Amino acid sequence: MADKVLMKGNEALAEAAIQAGCRHYFGYPITPQTEVAAYMAKRMPKIGGCFLQAESEIAAINMVYGVASAGKRVMTSSSSPGISLKEEGISYLAGADLPAFIVNVQRGGPGLGGIQPSQSDYFQSTRGGGHGDYHIIVLAPSSVQEMADLTVKGFDLADEYRMPAMVLADGTMGQMMEPVTMGSYQPKTVEKPWAVTGTRMQRPHNIVNSLYLNPEELERTNFERYARYAVIEQKEAMYEAFLMDDADICVTAFGIASRVSRNAVLAARAEGIKVGMLRPITLWPFPKAPFAEAADRVSAFISVELSMGQMIEDVELATRCKRPVYLCNRTGGMIPSPEQVLAKIKEIAGGLK
Amino acid sequence: MNDSLTHRRVTLFAGHYGSGKTNIAVNWALALRKTGAPVTIVDLDIVNPYFRTKDSKQELDTAGVELISSPYANSNVDFPALPQEIYGAVERRDRLAVLDIGGDDRGALALGRYAPYILEENDFEMLFVANCFRPLTRTPQEAFEVLREIEAAGGIPFTGIVNNSNLGNDTTADDILAAQDYAAALCALSGLPLRLSTVKETLIPQLTGRVPSLFPLRLQAKYYE
Repeated sequence: MADKVLMKGNEALAEAAIQAGCRHYFGYPITPQTEVAAYMAKRMPKIGGCFLQAESEIAAINMVYGVASAGKRVMTSSSSPGISLKEEGISYLAGADLPAFIVNVQRGGPGLGGIQPSQSDYFQSTRGGGHGDYHIIVLAPSSVQEMADLTVKGFDLADEYRMPAMVLADGTMGQMMEPVTMGSYQPKTVEKPWAVTGTRMQRPHNIVNSLYLNPEELERTNFERYARYAVIEQKEAMYEAFLMDDADICVTAFGIASRVSRNAVLAARAEGIKVGMLRPITLWPFPKAPFAEAADRVSAFISVELSMGQMIEDVELATRCKRPVYLCNRTGGMIPSPEQVLAKIKEIAGGLK
Repeated sequence: MNDSLTHRRVTLFAGHYGSGKTNIAVNWALALRKTGAPVTIVDLDIVNPYFRTKDSKQELDTAGVELISSPYANSNVDFPALPQEIYGAVERRDRLAVLDIGGDDRGALALGRYAPYILEENDFEMLFVANCFRPLTRTPQEAFEVLREIEAAGGIPFTGIVNNSNLGNDTTADDILAAQDYAAALCALSGLPLRLSTVKETLIPQLTGRVPSLFPLRLQAKYYE
């Protein structure tokens, strides 16, 4: 299947997971990510995989823990309220150093919120999400093709660094249809000598656990884990720079907000305003370097978000508040229009003159 | 193209989810309206919470096409409700009706409620929309499977095939031409005639005379393109 097909983001993600070697999916339906489960329900039985609709989100994430312990590629998917339910299990996965792939197709919040698209789980996902000192890798696709590509990447990174990886999408990204090319993926094979697969009386027992009876040992484990996180921050940050070479204003946005912003940047360029865009592709690790570098050249940043302003804090941290960072946002399931973003760009550009 | 526009009183579009039913139904209703006839379009989708007939409300209003849609479509209420006015559209025989059915057999379940009225009047076309570039209907056999499932769920037999094979905005004339065999095979499998070949309007000049029963589609502009 190397040729082009027309897919919804949710379907592309599900198919890519299968192509990444995932044969275990555990989930619980919730709008707007239900197509992931629907696709898996149709495909998994045909390829000898396991699709299981759990009795709850909490059950699903603990099934993920089980399969991850056995060293197999495994995933679950949900949307904002369901991810909150899964956070306890995600903390346990992180505490047990287990690779797993998690999808959050965000909807408006807080609480039950609504079913329309949102990016307001940025804090939750980039700060770990559950209790304790930990991070997960967070990938933010901005096209259906990236929904697929970053899924394969997510499985690879999770295995390589023995930690959960998440695709943080939003309702529009999950529902929109675009042509996508698949079939040339070469997923990494990572040895998992720690997996609980039976000793065959030939090796000592492996133990997968997140409970430490000795605080010194827990502290040491946390230090070791953060040393690994430092490597990830060094090596794995991904971003796209768009028209940044001569930019005086830097728009920053991820996911669907970056699609809208791209149009606004082009419209502003057509009016002679020197504006570019930095689009983080990994939200954790946040691509700090290009922002720090841009802060030396541009006069201002505009963070475009489908939230009350969450990524804006990482922009301020990465730039050490060298330049003002303005917010252009909608929330609660609403999406900024290209016109709204353009107006903000003009407002800031006008103030600079 | 005028040939394609011959019609019965009720036109129903059903198919795999994401096959393009809503877009075709809107374009079809607008084309019928241009002939001067009173037209009602009904959104019978109880499955998909995003991308609904209601997205075209302004255009339909302007053209004078009556839209009957769930009051909850495009809202935060994830509620598979169908408004009572749908009975009116099915029973008012002085108006043309275009029904946009939800995806797959699950979506077609809602049709079962209205099927007896439509069958009794017996002035309908039930069209199966297929796109060979969609992952779960890539082969004629797979599409035929979905067709049978929808018939079983909706209670109305299909009368024709709509070949809507496309890759969205990236579709080329070659893609359309390459999909001809697929459509022919699906027609052979189902014993149904090819009713329409739906193509985005910009490709019509390249395909006129090369593809049967061409029907031009205007695609909805999206804020992220």
